[in-house]
Amino acid sequence: MKACYEKYFRDNLPHIFCPGCGNGIVMGAWARAMDEMGLENNDCVAISGIGCSSRITTYIDLYTLHTAHGRALPFAIGVKMCKPDMHVFVFSGDGDCAAIGGNHFIHACRRNIDMTLIVINNSIYGMTGGQYSPLTPTGHFATTAPYGNIDPAFDICKIAEASGATFVARGDIYNIRQMIDLIKEGHNHKGFSVIEVVSSCPISYGRRNKINGAPALLRYIKDHSVPVANAAKMSAEEMKGKWPVGVLYKTEAKEYVEAYQELVARLQGGS
Amino acid sequence: MSNCFSGNEAVAYAMKQINPDVMGAFPITPSTEIPEYFAQYVANGEVNTEYVTVESEHSSMSVCIAAEAAGARSVCATSSCGLALMYEMLYVAASCRLPITLACVTRALSGPININNDHSDSMGARDTGWIQIYAENNQEAYDNFIMAMPIGETASVRLPVMTCMDGFITSHAVENIEFLDTEVVRKFVGEYNPENYLLKKENPLAVGPYDISAYYMEHKVLEAEAMKAAKARILEVADEFAKISGRHYGLFEEYRMEDAELAMVLIGSSAGTAKAAVDQLREQGVKAGLIKVRVFRPFPGEELAQALSKTKAVAVMDKSEGFSANGGPLFAETRSALYDLKQRPHLIDIVFGLGGRDLKTEDVENIFARLADIAATGETGPVYTHLGQRQRRK
Repeated sequence: MKACYEKYFRDNLPHIFCPGCGNGIVMGAWARAMDEMGLENNDCVAISGIGCSSRITTYIDLYTLHTAHGRALPFAIGVKMCKPDMHVFVFSGDGDCAAIGGNHFIHACRRNIDMTLIVINNSIYGMTGGQYSPLTPTGHFATTAPYGNIDPAFDICKIAEASGATFVARGDIYNIRQMIDLIKEGHNHKGFSVIEVVSSCPISYGRRNKINGAPALLRYIKDHSVPVANAAKMSAEEMKGKWPVGVLYKTEAKEYVEAYQELVARLQGGS
Repeated sequence: MSNCFSGNEAVAYAMKQINPDVMGAFPITPSTEIPEYFAQYVANGEVNTEYVTVESEHSSMSVCIAAEAAGARSVCATSSCGLALMYEMLYVAASCRLPITLACVTRALSGPININNDHSDSMGARDTGWIQIYAENNQEAYDNFIMAMPIGETASVRLPVMTCMDGFITSHAVENIEFLDTEVVRKFVGEYNPENYLLKKENPLAVGPYDISAYYMEHKVLEAEAMKAAKARILEVADEFAKISGRHYGLFEEYRMEDAELAMVLIGSSAGTAKAAVDQLREQGVKAGLIKVRVFRPFPGEELAQALSKTKAVAVMDKSEGFSANGGPLFAETRSALYDLKQRPHLIDIVFGLGGRDLKTEDVENIFARLADIAATGETGPVYTHLGQRQRRK
């Protein structure tokens, strides 16, 4: 590891992620983004819930808060309200964010509070052994769907946009340069930024879906990730089973902490 | 029929033999395997259970409550933070008098985050109105699950039952255990035919409405009486179970207690270790004995007092922290139960095994040495201590 990234990590590596897991790639991309933005460790807070992706806060050397399953965002809101100057990053997974924490997710989006949420979507509950999540595609296999998942999957980016998030992007673990840029752009955007990263779980997802081995799963992700500009020119039929990557939605809206501070100032007569 | 099964698989197998109507399923370590095995049975058509996957444990318990209220027999499994997330619904299940069966694979509660065994999860739920039955090993985990429904569904009881086994130690260790034939199990457990239920068109029912202060207390007293009545029913079911299995169960197990002067009281898998230590001590002429509490709710207070009345010194082992000078829950209740004895033994509380910390036979022997000293001198010393932790660096 380059020295400039090393400072973002505690000295407890290697991590526990399985061989071929995308979490390490996302963690590395995040560190590169941190370095390129010139952010100092002690100006940042990282918060996570429970699950494989939530282990990231164990390894990165910021102020970190490892919380309960699905509850990272309420903790993060508490931190940001209390310390508005801190840069807040939340690491979550598809189970943590879209299932047990789904309610917190939509309300965090609605408030448009200034923080960066990175949802590492590996399409499965990895840590507990491969149960389908709300982001497991229909027809795909999981331990709880041995004959194929009949549930339609959420599009977490569409939910984010509809719920009021003001920066919504999707990256993937193959296009790392793009992922770094999306994390940077999300961070620099004032408001609630959601970055979904399409990631891999060769053990609990790939194996069950006949995408055998980490390289095959990475190739699968590469082949199914379509740049937003190209996706716009493709028909629904051509995009079937694929997903657009890049900045999907960006707008300006009142940021929550600012609105709160204005309220306080107004009621206290500006004192 | 004899088989090598893990504790989780044994419970899932018991569920399969029972063929319940509904399972509310959500994974959490170390109980995940139970819904996982069961999903396979559902997928294979070996049971005709409605298998409902949800987004949290709060919802899996809610599924069970709704299904049971509608007259369907429902089951669930969870651990640790999952049980904690169900907490609100545990009270609802018990107060609505819905005899749901929940396999609790005991694990430490956060925080700090830990996935290994202790009893802080189930002990936190001890006053929710659920019957709690604990297993020492895989065989007992299987047996307890089969006995749960005949206990909980009886008209005099009508309470949900939590069968507990130790996470990983019991849930994941593979043992050779004896299964009953499925037909025998189905006959033993019977059909669930509640007198009243939500969707009975002759007698529509309101489930869980607001209970004003003019009625609330009466309902809670009825619930408390049902819990008291459960004690007799648990023993009745155990007797019936002995007839089909040859295995005998009481409210607790007394191991070499006949003439014991020094005794240990504990719950769960640590009993195996303690029994081995008691055997060794007996060979050395120490009158040591063990009580393994099987039923924690309803608490067998009078029976425990009787069983310990002849002892001189007792160590109660708590696998959950009480954060109180009166000790962990097992100690506090055991000592309270012994208060009315004319002659009481000296009692000490030892909190052990938190977050998966191991208990060894030499630990048990050291505790009995301490008890011998207490019995000889009459000096109890510190009542509430912890075992096996490293000393704090000064």
